[in-house]
Amino acid sequence: MLQTLPAASTAVEAPRLPILQLVGVRKMFGGFAAVEGIDLDVREGEFLTIVGPSGSGKTTLLRMLAGMDTPSEGNITLRGELINDVPPNKRPTCLVFQSLALFPHKSVGENIAFALKVKGADAATRKKRALELMRIVRLPDNYHDKNVMKCSGGERQRVALARAFAYDPEVLFFDEPLSALDYKLKKALEKELKDLHRETGKTFIYITHSLEEAMVMSDRIGVMRAGRLVQVGTPEEIYGAPVDRFVSEFVGEVNTLKMKRVGQQWQGVDVPGTFTLGSPQNGAVLDEAFVVIRPEYMRFLAAGERADNQLKGTVYNEYSLGSRIQYQVRVGSKDAGEKVMLVELSRARALPPGASREVTIGWDAADAFTLGS
Amino acid sequence: MADIALARAPETARQVRQARMLSVGARCALPVAVLLGIGFLAPMVAILAYSFATPRSFDVFRSFTLENFASIFDPTNTVWLSFAWSVGFALFTVAILAVIAYPIAYGLNAVFGRWAGFISVLFVFPLFVSENVRLYGWVLFFIKNGVLDGTLKWLGLPGGPEVLYTPGVTLFGMAYTYLPFMLFPMTLGLALVPRDLVDAARDLGAGRLFIWREIELPLAMPGILIGMLLTFVLAIGATAEAKILGGQSIIVISHDIEIAFTYSQNWPLGSALAVVVSVFIAALTLTALSKLDLDRMLGRR
Repeated sequence: MLQTLPAASTAVEAPRLPILQLVGVRKMFGGFAAVEGIDLDVREGEFLTIVGPSGSGKTTLLRMLAGMDTPSEGNITLRGELINDVPPNKRPTCLVFQSLALFPHKSVGENIAFALKVKGADAATRKKRALELMRIVRLPDNYHDKNVMKCSGGERQRVALARAFAYDPEVLFFDEPLSALDYKLKKALEKELKDLHRETGKTFIYITHSLEEAMVMSDRIGVMRAGRLVQVGTPEEIYGAPVDRFVSEFVGEVNTLKMKRVGQQWQGVDVPGTFTLGSPQNGAVLDEAFVVIRPEYMRFLAAGERADNQLKGTVYNEYSLGSRIQYQVRVGSKDAGEKVMLVELSRARALPPGASREVTIGWDAADAFTLGS
Repeated sequence: MADIALARAPETARQVRQARMLSVGARCALPVAVLLGIGFLAPMVAILAYSFATPRSFDVFRSFTLENFASIFDPTNTVWLSFAWSVGFALFTVAILAVIAYPIAYGLNAVFGRWAGFISVLFVFPLFVSENVRLYGWVLFFIKNGVLDGTLKWLGLPGGPEVLYTPGVTLFGMAYTYLPFMLFPMTLGLALVPRDLVDAARDLGAGRLFIWREIELPLAMPGILIGMLLTFVLAIGATAEAKILGGQSIIVISHDIEIAFTYSQNWPLGSALAVVVSVFIAALTLTALSKLDLDRMLGRR
């Protein structure tokens, strides 16, 4: 069989089938749709993060994926099999809880080997596997008999992770497990989680409200807002081509200016002036648009220097962001409309100490997004 | 050495006064301590003293004899039978209540969630009515031509079973009386089981029975054990059920003690019995409590 295959087709990697597929998934609580119209393909082995502000429905979505809630409408399929009503203990998926939900009356080893005990493995097998998993998550062997409540926050994360791995799930879900940790530990564990993902090759679905966390770890990010999945894409796509203002603002600080079309020109609504805009993302013809410029794409213009768009303003505040400096610049005038614009520069290009606070800021049309909503 | 002694010696009259005075905490605790001393400790001392007095006398504090205890442990004395009835019935009551109260407590937590503890307090309301009155109510219910029997006959049925004045109905009365004491701690105990843990266990493949055995039961154990202990201690001293519902078909130990103090006017014997029972219960309770490591069970250690 293999020999009959044409050489060309072996060179092309077979498209990976989605492991999890959501079609028109909706969850109602009374008359309120917590989650609505979710269509999503999760690829096998990918690290997908769902981000959204609290109340955006991401936890509800995750609970449906894990089997703790059932969708009111729509289908969830795992490897082509409908799993809408399959209870969590019959699904090859495992959730790492936000609270971690470690069993306080069990030792580290007993916690980790819980899934094996369910399957009826004997004590020796359980201990052997628990120790293996403890090495994978970098827990010392002598923790096997330690009371899990005596472990530190970071250690508990590892126990929860090892416990989930012991179930040998096809898909692992994470419900903001790192949210309670301090910044430094969180950063270290993010990296470890990413390493574990690569080492195990499992499919990870992670939810968080922190886009920073999502950016670091994910292959793809889904942004949720008010129960809907607004955009799904790689971190670069989310950052570089947000579909709307919500996504662009969620990703980081932005300058947003409202524009209206007057003939062939764009007039500012918030601040007076005529502006040059890039073409909208999907080529839509707009009468009203929002132009979104990231602070790092703004610059101060020296006398004679030009940019596609420019505004005169006054620097009234500046913050050090470490290697970068952020300026708050008030543009426009009291009568015609005022707006604070953010300009972020590397320290090397900062305004000299004695420089005038009266500045001209500018940006090129290609560096900004033109969004319809 | 001398230097140290000097350094420690109070230097002024004020310090001397302060050293002689009680600390603020001790002074605040004084009223309660006095009350406990008079109301709780003094009767205990009196009972203890009486138990060593000459039998059938009131020579308390003036005579010392072990005769009362000797007569209790005399093989010809049948008082051990009453004791056995009490312990046996107390154990039965605990067992029955554990089986009855667990599903109720579980249901309360499932239905009322955070309010389950409060709802289970409502089960305590019957305690506001005198126990005797409530038990006579059951007598009226079970008695020939009473509520049960009469109603059944009125409906043309053969009539109710003749259960009144049997050991069985005594046990029923005890289970009825002590239900709140089992239910309340048990409900609180079950409320200690976090929902997350049950979800997590289920997510890891565990079925209902496995979750119950491995997660719910061990985590609710402190409440269950306290309920059992409380019920046992109360039930071992129960008399009214055996007298009113049981019609003295069995004699329990507290009834024997009561007889010794009233009818036979043998206070020393009654006291000695009370001391034996108290020591037994105290030993049992303290052993159980020392085994019952709440901190460890709640995972704090």
